[in-house]
Amino acid sequence: MRVPLSWLREYVDLPADVTPAALADRLTTLGLKFEALHAAGADVTGSLVVGRVLSFESEKHSNGKTIRWCQVDVGEGEPRGIVCGAHNFAVDNLVVVALPGATLAGGFEIAARTTYGHVSDGMICSARELDLGDEHAGIIVLGSADSVDMKPGDDAAELLHLRDDVIEFEINPDRAYALSVRGVARDAAIAYGVEFRDPADQVVPTPDDAGYPVRLDDTDGCPAFAARTVSGFDPTAPTPRWLARRVQLAGMRPISLAVDVTNYVMLELGQPIHGYDRNAVSGPIVVRRATAGEKLTTLDGVSRSLDPEDLLITDDSGPIGLAGVMGGETTEMSESTSDVLIEAAHFSAVTVYRTERRHQLPSEASRRFERGVDPTLPARAAQRVADLLVAHGGGRIDDGVTLVGSAPAPVAVAMTTDLPTRVTGIEIDEATSVGALEQVGCTVEVAGGRITAVPPPWRPDLTDPNDLVEEVARIVGYDAVPSRSPVAPAGHGLTEVQRVRRRIGRQLAGSGYVEVLSQPFVGSSDWERLGLADDDARRRTIRIANPLSEEEPELRTTLLPGLLRALARNVARGQVDLSLFETGLVFLPKGDGAVAPIPSVDRRPSDDELAAIEAALPDQPEHLAVALCGDRERAGWWGGGRAAGWFDAVAAIRAVAETLGVPLTVRSGAADPWHPGRCAELVLGDEVVGRAGELHPRVCTAYGLPARTAVAEVDLAALLARADTMVVGPRVSSYPVAKEDVALIIDASVPAAEVEAVLRSGAGELCESVRLFDVYTGEQIGEGRKSLAFALRFRAPDRTLTEADTSVARDAAVAAAVQRFGAVPRV
Amino acid sequence: MSGPSSDYDPVEVTPLRADEVEKMRDDALAAVATAGDLAALKQARQEHTGDRSPLALANREIGALPPQARKEAGRRVGQARGAVAKALTEREQVLEVEREQRILAEESVDVTLPWDREPRGARHPLTTLQDRIEDVFIAMGWEVAEGPEVEAEWLNFDALNFGPDHPARTMQDTFWLEPAAAALVLRTHTSPVQARTMLTREPPIYIVCPGRVFRTDTLDATHAPAFTQVEGLAIDEGLSMADLKGTLDHFWESMFGAGITTRFRPSFFPFTEPSAEVDLVCIACRGEQPAVATCRTCKGEGWMEWGGCGVVNPRVLVACGVDPERYSGYAFGMGIERTLMVRHGINDMRDIVEGDVRFTVPFGMEI
Ligand SMILES: [Zn+2]
Repeated sequence: MRVPLSWLREYVDLPADVTPAALADRLTTLGLKFEALHAAGADVTGSLVVGRVLSFESEKHSNGKTIRWCQVDVGEGEPRGIVCGAHNFAVDNLVVVALPGATLAGGFEIAARTTYGHVSDGMICSARELDLGDEHAGIIVLGSADSVDMKPGDDAAELLHLRDDVIEFEINPDRAYALSVRGVARDAAIAYGVEFRDPADQVVPTPDDAGYPVRLDDTDGCPAFAARTVSGFDPTAPTPRWLARRVQLAGMRPISLAVDVTNYVMLELGQPIHGYDRNAVSGPIVVRRATAGEKLTTLDGVSRSLDPEDLLITDDSGPIGLAGVMGGETTEMSESTSDVLIEAAHFSAVTVYRTERRHQLPSEASRRFERGVDPTLPARAAQRVADLLVAHGGGRIDDGVTLVGSAPAPVAVAMTTDLPTRVTGIEIDEATSVGALEQVGCTVEVAGGRITAVPPPWRPDLTDPNDLVEEVARIVGYDAVPSRSPVAPAGHGLTEVQRVRRRIGRQLAGSGYVEVLSQPFVGSSDWERLGLADDDARRRTIRIANPLSEEEPELRTTLLPGLLRALARNVARGQVDLSLFETGLVFLPKGDGAVAPIPSVDRRPSDDELAAIEAALPDQPEHLAVALCGDRERAGWWGGGRAAGWFDAVAAIRAVAETLGVPLTVRSGAADPWHPGRCAELVLGDEVVGRAGELHPRVCTAYGLPARTAVAEVDLAALLARADTMVVGPRVSSYPVAKEDVALIIDASVPAAEVEAVLRSGAGELCESVRLFDVYTGEQIGEGRKSLAFALRFRAPDRTLTEADTSVARDAAVAAAVQRFGAVPRV
Repeated sequence: MSGPSSDYDPVEVTPLRADEVEKMRDDALAAVATAGDLAALKQARQEHTGDRSPLALANREIGALPPQARKEAGRRVGQARGAVAKALTEREQVLEVEREQRILAEESVDVTLPWDREPRGARHPLTTLQDRIEDVFIAMGWEVAEGPEVEAEWLNFDALNFGPDHPARTMQDTFWLEPAAAALVLRTHTSPVQARTMLTREPPIYIVCPGRVFRTDTLDATHAPAFTQVEGLAIDEGLSMADLKGTLDHFWESMFGAGITTRFRPSFFPFTEPSAEVDLVCIACRGEQPAVATCRTCKGEGWMEWGGCGVVNPRVLVACGVDPERYSGYAFGMGIERTLMVRHGINDMRDIVEGDVRFTVPFGMEI
């Protein structure tokens, strides 16, 4: 809401020394949030005077332009010669002349200068040059020589109402009254303890049956409807400059007298007005809901199919307006309309909100109705419009005053006297509360420790005891709220899962991974780059109904798209050696068509309702992913580097599992987007909870990533669910260790992890560790075979092992491998 | 040295003569003293103390002497050998020190050589800032609550007093999920976590709810469609706006240092009544003249908008099964990105979102 202060000061006598900034600050503390201050016209300085065009000569120049060389009387005795490019004026017209030394909007300085072969001694101004509007094709014509209210040499800035201060407020939905100068003035009067003159206080003729006939078929949607008609008004009459200027400063475009007046009254009082071409309306107006199949072409030229819930203004021809939202084309006021039907009605907030939403038609009118308009205004607003129209456009207000229905009565709200103190922590006595509520317009009664307030009609938002408290608190001032530290009961700190999550982050960062937090939006191009088959489960996504980008209308089911994009972005920016990780939720539809219920809010939902809500949510497990490319260890003066590879990705997840105390095992697998021969399945129990390995070469190419880029992704939630971070203190034997090395020749397809596991179990209790230290393939071993070399360590808790102990255990381990895999011990 | 006794056996053994023994000793000492390195010393040791050395041979002759002469000869040879052994030991120590010094000198390196073999990792500053915020509240005895990001419409709106036909509902710029009938959204705030906590726990409740939230804002310098918020909720007997102010004052002091104060302005949020916007005194100029006049952080305002708060609307308590006659509470919320940007002088939201390692690495493990 933009409020010109000249307008505001009509209704409230602000102290003279209050600056616009101070006023804005003060009103902000009352809940009208200051957004911006506009010093309108402040950049237009110097002499701006009324000039009378005495004569002009049209001159066609070689650049094809025809200019006028004018002699203009600016009240100085001698006329000035001025070159003007516009042609919309005549001799004896009064125009606006900026004299040399003046500065126009945007800092444009005027000087006497030679142009088109003349010394132009000033400039005749257009609206745009004065920041009065967009018009720049022609200059401003103030009037003709016989105008009584001005003469050459008069200060044109004052005449044009150029200078004003405008405060722009962001009005919260609970303060709809402040979407009017009336409402802001009321709060300004409270702020400075001065009198408020209500522009809505005016005498309205008694309604009668002679007015334009109106019938309300739906008094819930439209409880009150006022109408007046004006006949014979001059449709070409200009809008008074002050009125157009105020409408413009308030952020709306001046159009014509009739439209400007309806907008002016809406801005002034907050009551939206609609004007109809009286002669285009046939028969009585009926306010009713739409019927199926009805259509209406609105003012914006769009033909709209109406919903049976839409509230309509209709006449004998059918719908002529969407109530409170937008009028229809057929009854629109035109340049020749001289008879006007003025509608000032009250429409229910919910009705307008739904229609506005349904037809995507936000308007100044709907914005006010959906937040709540003073329902007692219609008759007064209609009268005000009629008065202004005839005052400036002539004609007469027809006899007959229509007012159908009545404003709903406000509902009293009660609170205990101590509620303001209990809620705010400020000591507020009863008298203060009553005074504050009366200031904002409530009618207050006190009895039996309770304050009962009947809100004024412009405050439909005051429905609850706490609403009254907020009114009292803002009048007392939020600055009065003391600062007191509550003492929470002793807490338990982070949960185990929250702790462990931090630990994983530190662990990965400590081993060189950099965390990224990607946006979770994906689309089919991601699935294509990942090379996912059409039936891949990760393509079954949740879709956003109103995505920001049609390219990314889905929620991620895997962290890989975001992570790989981040990796590629780094590579493109010249970072080549990269280790990234990300944790975050992925969204997995259940696909069972479950619907989340919307229980009533006047009680706690039942456990069944809550369970149904939970059941309708998708699975949203937390995932962890890593991605690496380039060198994991860099080359340098110390020697060569070590390229990142599939094993780093596997190792990262293994390390996390170890931190969590989760028995994760690794086995060979194959899945997109991994290299089919370099993909590890990460297994927990008998469930595959993730995969790790080298990215498929085609996927590397698709993302612009280096060859051999490695990635892993694991269902972190599954790991967290099994986490067992309670370490049982190991018993450390002080007896000596016995070491044995074992080399086994084995079929190349046998996974090392399985051999290791068999050795370990075969070696028995004395075996302290089994570690693979070499893998060898070559001619001596034979085609399709490999040699695995393991270091076994044996130790007993209670004695020094004999050579016999060790060799028995070793032989048992080897025997197990021989039996299981047909391994051949290598000697 | 005493001369041979007159009552010696006349047979005289030449090697055992005093002058001979002295010469052997002196030869040996000279050899030791001139040994230039441990190898030369080893050779000198061999030559002068080995089995075939003159002193060893002389020692062997002692047995040939008459008994009365043996003692004297033995003493003489023994002293000589002792002197040589001592010189050897001393010389060996000297040479070992020399050798060690030489080797160490040879092994010296350029310690200014760089070491960037292992990559440097980091956690994302949003994560670590969230940790830090959590820790402030944990220290006050609060707990950290979490919830899903795809949320039921009822929990994101209705339970929080966003009526189905209230304009506030459209002010949230919500991502709606398909199909519309499922009534699911990407949560627009972490308030549903507050509702979930009230629905499942008895007061007193003191929780913070950090997490990702979503609004239909295109990514630009100051917005991201998915961003991070932390909200707090306290439900107990006798809580008021004063407790809210105390909590926020303490929190901001913990984040930005002593002397940081907050200011409340009336505002509107459906789930709180009364509601307030929280302004924080500018962390750069502290609102003090003359710095405030030219302050770019607060653009001369002296205050910075930081989030919303208020007394929990009793309607929310009712919908969440908390007795509004017995309990009251307060709630607040703020953006973690905004806090991060101001606290660390970050100009562009995209830096936070894009995952460029040059942005993230300097933040390290803690913030
Ligand atoms: Zn500042």
